[in-house]
Amino acid sequence: MKITCNGEERVMAPGSTVIDLLRMLALDPEVVVVECDGAILKRPEYDSHLLTDGAVLELIRFVGGG
Amino acid sequence: MLTIAGRTFGSRLFGGTGKFASPAVMREALAASGSEMVTVALRRVDLADPADDIMQVLDRDRYLLLPNTSGARDAREAIRLAHLARAAGNTEWLKLEVTPDPRTLLPDPVETLAATEILVKEGFIVLPYMNADPILALRLQDAGAAAVMPLGAPIGTNQGIVTGFQVRIIIDQARVPVVVDAGLGAPSHAALAMEMGADAVLVNTAIAVAGDPVRMARAFAKAVEAGREAYEAGLGEARTEAEPSSPRTGLDFLR
Repeated sequence: MKITCNGEERVMAPGSTVIDLLRMLALDPEVVVVECDGAILKRPEYDSHLLTDGAVLELIRFVGGG
Repeated sequence: MLTIAGRTFGSRLFGGTGKFASPAVMREALAASGSEMVTVALRRVDLADPADDIMQVLDRDRYLLLPNTSGARDAREAIRLAHLARAAGNTEWLKLEVTPDPRTLLPDPVETLAATEILVKEGFIVLPYMNADPILALRLQDAGAAAVMPLGAPIGTNQGIVTGFQVRIIIDQARVPVVVDAGLGAPSHAALAMEMGADAVLVNTAIAVAGDPVRMARAFAKAVEAGREAYEAGLGEARTEAEPSSPRTGLDFLR
C-alpha cells in the first residue's frame, strides 16, 4: 500500500502501524508528533494506529526558532 | 519576580533557539543568558536528517518551552500549529505568531485576536506576538492573553525599540505582563525596554548571530537586570532645561 509522508510517497507493507513507519525512518517517537489525515495522534496510539492505503501523514517536531 | 499565568520567572530575559551556528553554542548561550523560558518552532521532520533533534540539547527541567506558531499566515494555520505544539511538547504555553507578509513579518492583528480568543477557550496559555498597538494590547488582554508581546522592530532587524511611544502606552495600560519581543539588536535596547517598565524581553537573533553568542547572552542578561533595577529604583524625570548638579548658592565670594 502507498502512503504520503511529509509530501513523499512511500510503500508500506499492509498492516503497518505508525510506530513501524517511525522505526523505518529512524525517528524517536518521543519527539515526533504525527498528524494522520489531518488528525493529531496521541503518542500511545502510535503502536496501534494502522496505516491505510492513501493515508497522508505529517511528521512534525520542534526546531530552533524565535 | 515576574509571574505569567501563575508561573514565576527569576530571569526577565527570554531566549530563542533559532539561527545558532550549532546546538552546542545554543546550549551554552542559553545557559549564559540565565533564561528560564525559550521559544521553539515546529516544522516537518527532515527525513534526510532524522537525528537532527533540538530537544536533545534543551533541558526541559531548566527551560519552560514556549512553542511558537511561526510560519502561520492566518488564524487557521496558527491554531493547527498550536495543536501540534501541544501534542509535541505536552504544554499549553504558546507564543502566538501570525505573520502573513514574509517581507515584513509583521503580525496580522485581526487574525491574531481571532486565534487568541479560540485558543484561550481551548485552554492554551497564549502569549501573542503583536504590533505595538495599545488598543490591540487591551483587546488581546480582554480575550485572555497571559501576556502581550509587542514588537520593538520587525523580527530579525536588530533595530531596537522603534515603537517606543506605543510601547510606553501599552506598558502603562496593561494588566498582564508586557514582553518586548523582536527587533532588539543590542543589550542597550533591552535595557531601554526594561527601564521603560517592560516586564521582560525576548531576544533571539541578536544573541544567535553575535560574533560570540555566549558573551552576548551574558551581556543581554546584565542589561536586562540593570534596566529592571533602574526602573524599580525610579528614573529621574527628563527635562528640557539644564539644572545644576552642584549648589546654586554659596558663590558670593566669586562675585
